[in-house]
Amino acid sequence: MTASGGLWRLVTPVATVIVAIIGLWYLGAVYLNSNWAYDQAERAGTSLTFSAMVTDTMPQDRPVLPAPHQVANEIWKTTVLKKVTSKRSLVYHAWITLSATLLGFAIGIGLGIALAVGIVHNRAMNLSVMPWIIASQTVPILAIAPMIIVILYNVGISGLIAKASISAYLSFFPIVVGMVKGVRSPDTMQLDLMRTYNASAWHVFWKLRWPSSLPYLFTSLKIAVAIALVGAIIGELPTGAQGGFGSRMLNGSYYGQVLIIWSALIGAAVCAGLLVGLIAFVQRITLSRMGLAR
Amino acid sequence: MHALSNVDLTINQGEFVSFIGPSGCGKTTFLRVIADLEQHTSGQISVNGASPEAARLARAYGYVFQAAGLYPWRSIARNVALPLEIIGLPKEEREERVRRTLELVNLSGFERKYPWQLSGGMQQRASIARALAFDADILLMDEPFGALDEISRDHLNVQLLQLWARTQKTVCFVTHSIPEAVYLSTKIVVMSPRPGRVTDVIDSPLPAERMPEIRETPEFLAIAHRVREGLKAGYSDDG
Repeated sequence: MTASGGLWRLVTPVATVIVAIIGLWYLGAVYLNSNWAYDQAERAGTSLTFSAMVTDTMPQDRPVLPAPHQVANEIWKTTVLKKVTSKRSLVYHAWITLSATLLGFAIGIGLGIALAVGIVHNRAMNLSVMPWIIASQTVPILAIAPMIIVILYNVGISGLIAKASISAYLSFFPIVVGMVKGVRSPDTMQLDLMRTYNASAWHVFWKLRWPSSLPYLFTSLKIAVAIALVGAIIGELPTGAQGGFGSRMLNGSYYGQVLIIWSALIGAAVCAGLLVGLIAFVQRITLSRMGLAR
Repeated sequence: MHALSNVDLTINQGEFVSFIGPSGCGKTTFLRVIADLEQHTSGQISVNGASPEAARLARAYGYVFQAAGLYPWRSIARNVALPLEIIGLPKEEREERVRRTLELVNLSGFERKYPWQLSGGMQQRASIARALAFDADILLMDEPFGALDEISRDHLNVQLLQLWARTQKTVCFVTHSIPEAVYLSTKIVVMSPRPGRVTDVIDSPLPAERMPEIRETPEFLAIAHRVREGLKAGYSDDG
């Protein structure tokens, strides 16, 4: 089998799924937007053939569900055709959300690892902190996010750091859970071996527990970065923030600009995909260099 | 519940002592008590004239487990250097000792290889090198070749004897294999289960210098027979 044949086998299933999604999307657009088209025809006193109706569902200004090419066109206009410094540029808004995501993600990593290390090494902490960590994630974030933002605003924290705190709030959780498992992953034999060396807890952690936990860490990071992005977007909703995907979605829904909402949604999905892909890439390189690749 | 009872044994410096018996006879437990990985409930045990804990804290022994347990993220040289890093030796001395111990187990030239690039037998040799690296007087080995095929096992037994002759370590060796115990040991401790106890202690009359062919000699077979009888005696109690 040639290399291009191998590539083709990889591309075919992906392309099939994309084509299917776009096809369904068009069908949905025709179905959902047809009411408006029939309505218009009725008011004008004309009747509408099926093909004329289909044509009418495609270019609507305020469709229930915009057609894929409308969204693609909107994204094209707001990325390539706008300067990135313009407030109408999707890239500009993406950067605002991404900067909060990355800051929150970094805080989440630090907090998650620190809590996991504490939980594994301290029995009292294991018993006392773990239930609260789980409870923290059972609270609906949409309900608690505005309160966090308001409380932080009253102690003088707003903007980037406030949004990042929502990201951190969501993203530390998978990291704690994954790292607790990872730091505990060395088996009895490995721990006994360290005991025969009379190794300190620090040595056991640094030489054995930390490297053993990295496969778990990377798996957690992939989940955490995606929800960190969701957290940043949610953090942008209650403040009516000056920018970001969240404020685009909010503005779109205020003014009935469905296209803006959809392009922000797709922009956020693409960003999340890129972030997860980047971590998967680093994971592959790191773990194969460490001989831990599976 | 006593895993071991009425064990009275003296192991002299430089001896190679094997502990042989069926599963559950407490031979591994005994080794772990010597290593202070397990606490004894009663009786006296001294290692190098001190308590097992003091011996462990003084790093008086190297321990080889049944699985090699090398770190996949470390090269062979860095795996052997692991205990030396923990002890806190300077880099030059670490490198010198790693070179010397890898040479002892015939792994020179494999410093930069990773564990997955080595056969099971070579991995176990690297793990022996790791146990020898900090030059403790005692080497505790818990079925180190138990997971290997018989051909590699015979080969490693020959190498282990050469290693023992060169280093003059005191070796405590747990095994399931009668030929392995007879071939390697100066003293064979036969054990039986429920409760774990010693049924026979055999001081081997075999010469210190042992060719692999010694396994065919009448003397060898006579000791093997006595070990087998000792193991049988342990089972006769069960009826």
